[in-house]
Amino acid sequence: MPEPDAGVLARRGDIVAALRAIVPGDGVIDHADALRPYESDALTAYRQPPMVVVLPQTVEQVAAILRWCHANRVKVVPRGAGTSLSGGALPLADGVLMGMARFNRILDIDYADRLAVVQPGVTNLAITRAVEDAGFYYAPDPSSQIACTIGGNIAENSGGVHCLKYGLTTNNVLGVELVTIEGEILRLGGRGLEAQGLDLLGVVVGSEGLLGVVTEVTVRLLPKPETARALLIGFPTVESGGKCVADVIAAGIIPAGMEMMDQPAVHAAEAFVNVGYPLDVAALLIVELDGPAAECSHLIDEVEAIALANGAVSIRISTDDAERAAFWAGRKAAFPAAGRLAPDYLCMDGTIPRRCLPEVLTRMRALSERHGLGVINVFHAGDGNLHPLILYDANQPGQLATAEAFGADILRLCVEVGGVLTGEHGVGVEKRDLMPLMFSPADLAQQSHVKSAFDPELLLNPGKVFPLLHRCAELGAMHVHNGKLPFPDLPRF
Amino acid sequence: MLRPAGIDDLCAILAAGGALRLRGGGSKDGIGAETPGATVVDMRGFAGIVDYDPPELVLTVGAATPLAAVQALVAGQGQMLAFDPFDHAAILGGAPGQATIGGVIAAGIAGPARLSRGAARDHLLGFTAVSGRGERFVAGAKVVKNVTGYDLPKLVTGSWGRLVALTELTLKVLPAPRAQQTWVTTGLDPSAAVAAMARALGAPAEVTAAAHLPRWNGAPATAIRLDGFPGSIAARAAMLGPVVAGLTPLDDTAAAALWLAVRTAAPLPAERPLWRIIVPASRAPGVVAAIPNADWLFDWAGGLVWLASDSDAAQVRQAAAAAGGHAMLVRASAAMRAAVPALHPQPAPLAQLESRVRRAFDPDGVFEIGRF
Ligand SMILES: Cc1cc2nc3c(=O)[nH]c(=O)nc-3n(C[C@H](O)[C@H](O)[C@H](O)COP(=O)(O)OP(=O)(O)OC[C@H]3O[C@@H](n4cnc5c(N)ncnc54)[C@H](O)[C@@H]3O)c2cc1C
Ligand SMILES: Cc1cc2nc3c(=O)[nH]c(=O)nc-3n(C[C@H](O)[C@H](O)[C@H](O)COP(=O)(O)OP(=O)(O)OC[C@H]3O[C@@H](n4cnc5c(N)ncnc54)[C@H](O)[C@@H]3O)c2cc1C
Repeated sequence: MPEPDAGVLARRGDIVAALRAIVPGDGVIDHADALRPYESDALTAYRQPPMVVVLPQTVEQVAAILRWCHANRVKVVPRGAGTSLSGGALPLADGVLMGMARFNRILDIDYADRLAVVQPGVTNLAITRAVEDAGFYYAPDPSSQIACTIGGNIAENSGGVHCLKYGLTTNNVLGVELVTIEGEILRLGGRGLEAQGLDLLGVVVGSEGLLGVVTEVTVRLLPKPETARALLIGFPTVESGGKCVADVIAAGIIPAGMEMMDQPAVHAAEAFVNVGYPLDVAALLIVELDGPAAECSHLIDEVEAIALANGAVSIRISTDDAERAAFWAGRKAAFPAAGRLAPDYLCMDGTIPRRCLPEVLTRMRALSERHGLGVINVFHAGDGNLHPLILYDANQPGQLATAEAFGADILRLCVEVGGVLTGEHGVGVEKRDLMPLMFSPADLAQQSHVKSAFDPELLLNPGKVFPLLHRCAELGAMHVHNGKLPFPDLPRF
Repeated sequence: MLRPAGIDDLCAILAAGGALRLRGGGSKDGIGAETPGATVVDMRGFAGIVDYDPPELVLTVGAATPLAAVQALVAGQGQMLAFDPFDHAAILGGAPGQATIGGVIAAGIAGPARLSRGAARDHLLGFTAVSGRGERFVAGAKVVKNVTGYDLPKLVTGSWGRLVALTELTLKVLPAPRAQQTWVTTGLDPSAAVAAMARALGAPAEVTAAAHLPRWNGAPATAIRLDGFPGSIAARAAMLGPVVAGLTPLDDTAAAALWLAVRTAAPLPAERPLWRIIVPASRAPGVVAAIPNADWLFDWAGGLVWLASDSDAAQVRQAAAAAGGHAMLVRASAAMRAAVPALHPQPAPLAQLESRVRRAFDPDGVFEIGRF
């Protein structure tokens, strides 16, 4: 991170007093012990207690804090639930951490226009919980949905296993209230399908907290599908599994979810949860279909035929929700299962064109041998988003560095075959220095010009997304030690 | 008129500055004020299919590739541009077939299926462009799932040639539905129609399009469309019965005529100024009630109001704003277009931010030609 500014650190007392004048009571935290819980997000390899934490409760307070910080050249890092896997909410030693947890109310639910207006600290799942009795849900479903906030989802443009069919956050948000670093309160979008003028909402979604602080969110609601069913399909080769995925889509079918695991991942998961996964297959595919019962059974037949034509060696079809959940249980257990194979693992998050899957897995195995570390692969097969889990032991000297080098090689490989550095976890601090792999200096300059239009002094969440000059390339990832996961209760995809 | 043959030419033209008006096929020249002082940059040199791999759901094309060619290409593989683009020669006059995919994206407007499948902005994955600085850059990527860097594809979609000159676009394509069926119920007033469409969309029937025409074959018609697999359309239609009374199916020819009319606002009189008003659907009846003697129709279940009216522009904009929306002037005389901005004016703080974002792409204002 950038060197802390000694001048700002010297003014700490004044800064705390100024914040207290805006947010009274226990909304300003400056005691060292109380700052600890905020020192990292779910990318725990990076830790830094903030200079001070402020927990505003109203948009006027947010505006006043930002206006004051802007006038006094103090940096601000917004934070939701702190589940970011890329260090997006990592605090700064000389910065204010603005926690949005007290913005936790659902303001309006409108079934006629099928939307909900919520504060940014509301969790993703809470929106669905609030509307499910009326037969609706909020579609994007990151596996952290029980904990992560909608404000964090906006910042990271989060997705879930259903995003191939239902889209990411950006496709499901109608409007936000945004406070700029200058303390201006703006409405981008609204309750209608689109806004007039430039699509500023579109660029705020996925901006990793660098363009403004979101204080209200309007999301689209969808009616819950009548049924959902899944197939569990084993293939003798990764190639045949990949071909099956392509053929399903070529047949005009967009499943609600389509997930693949390689053989090491299948073995690890089965050992962990015993759900009856076939162990003699090279690749295991879960295909979930949703809609009216008639549509599901029709599509199940079609997918089954496509799987058989591609040489599937085992096929199971769920007959009820319990069986469908069992198919998913192993997939959801892949991360904790990895934790039993090695004391530590690193979770990567690249996207590739799906047609390159066999090549990428083959070359990844070669990299694995070269670096001397194991890797298991889980894969959002429908949209090409790979999550390789690199297995290592941090207590062995040099293994962490080797694992990081292996991870960087994997992301280089993803970019080389036409893919990207991150499919859903964001750039944050983690992939910041790899950005030049994908973008030329002119590409990055154009992005920073947009940043400057919103935040000319670069005070909002600095040190994230854009590469810093003169920083030796270092690559983190979600490090997990001795199975001690950040957010151990969350399912992982 | 300048006609760059390649990206180096284009960079040199934009770097040299001046007042430049980007044009694809020119099919929407009639939108916005006339700009006699601007030099037209004809983008048609940037045409051609670059890469198309149907099972990846990704298509890369030159920005000036004719829309018709793109649609024919993907249709040949059983796929579609899901945001439902169309050649709007029907609305503004002029020969069909001129529209380019770059113009469609730069205009950022989508047809009836936008209600369910998203707008142009939801289907642009990446692009190559030249900024007002004369610098070539790329943004986004050529895969369907990506969060690396700012989502500039959203920002250029609907930017109306005011940020960058697009040279290459990567679009998400989707399988075309195997079957489609439209149902109509007649005789509803605007409020009852919007309420019926809302109930249909609230059922798990996956309605893809919903529109209301106050006069269609002599009576008000409310139309609801389902797309998908033959058997499942029947199952989903059964879910609509309990929530919308009196639905009768249309044959394919009648359905095609109806959706074309909705998409191109064809039933509205061509001689009156035409407005495109976007509001929360439930507010649409209030908007048309507030403007006397208007001709109108509802698309997007009421979320889009096409309105032809001789009323004062301020009155139309006031009605749209009061309903939580905005109004774009799409078709009008040159005199009206010179006096009334095509795009609904923004509140001052938002307008300032917008102008800073425009400057981020175009610091010297080569695209600031007074059209909007
Ligand atoms: C176990 C686990 C599983 C996960 N699974 C998925 C998954 O399936 N898909 C997926 O996409 N992600 C996943 N994630 C990543 C993470 O949950 C998401 O990125 C999530 O959106 C972060 O939300 P948060 O509230 O925790 O935000 P934080 O981590 O607190 O912050 C994330 C970013 O958002 C910014 N931010 C937060 N609130 C605001 C605001 N109000 N205004 C402006 N900026 C703000 C922060 O500055 C930061 O840059 C997972 C994480 C974990 C730990
Ligand atoms: C009333 C109305 C309804 C419409 N409805 C729909 C609809 O439902 N679906 C739909 O898809 N479209 C719709 N359109 C838009 C229209 O059909 C297409 O956008 C248009 O045909 C675009 O093609 P063009 O090449 O002729 O654009 P042009 O008229 O040449 O240009 C349109 C705009 O794009 C800019 N532009 C053109 N090329 C470039 C480039 N390469 N880089 C940057 N900027 C560029 C121009 O500066 C101009 O601002 C509608 C238009 C109108 C007026």
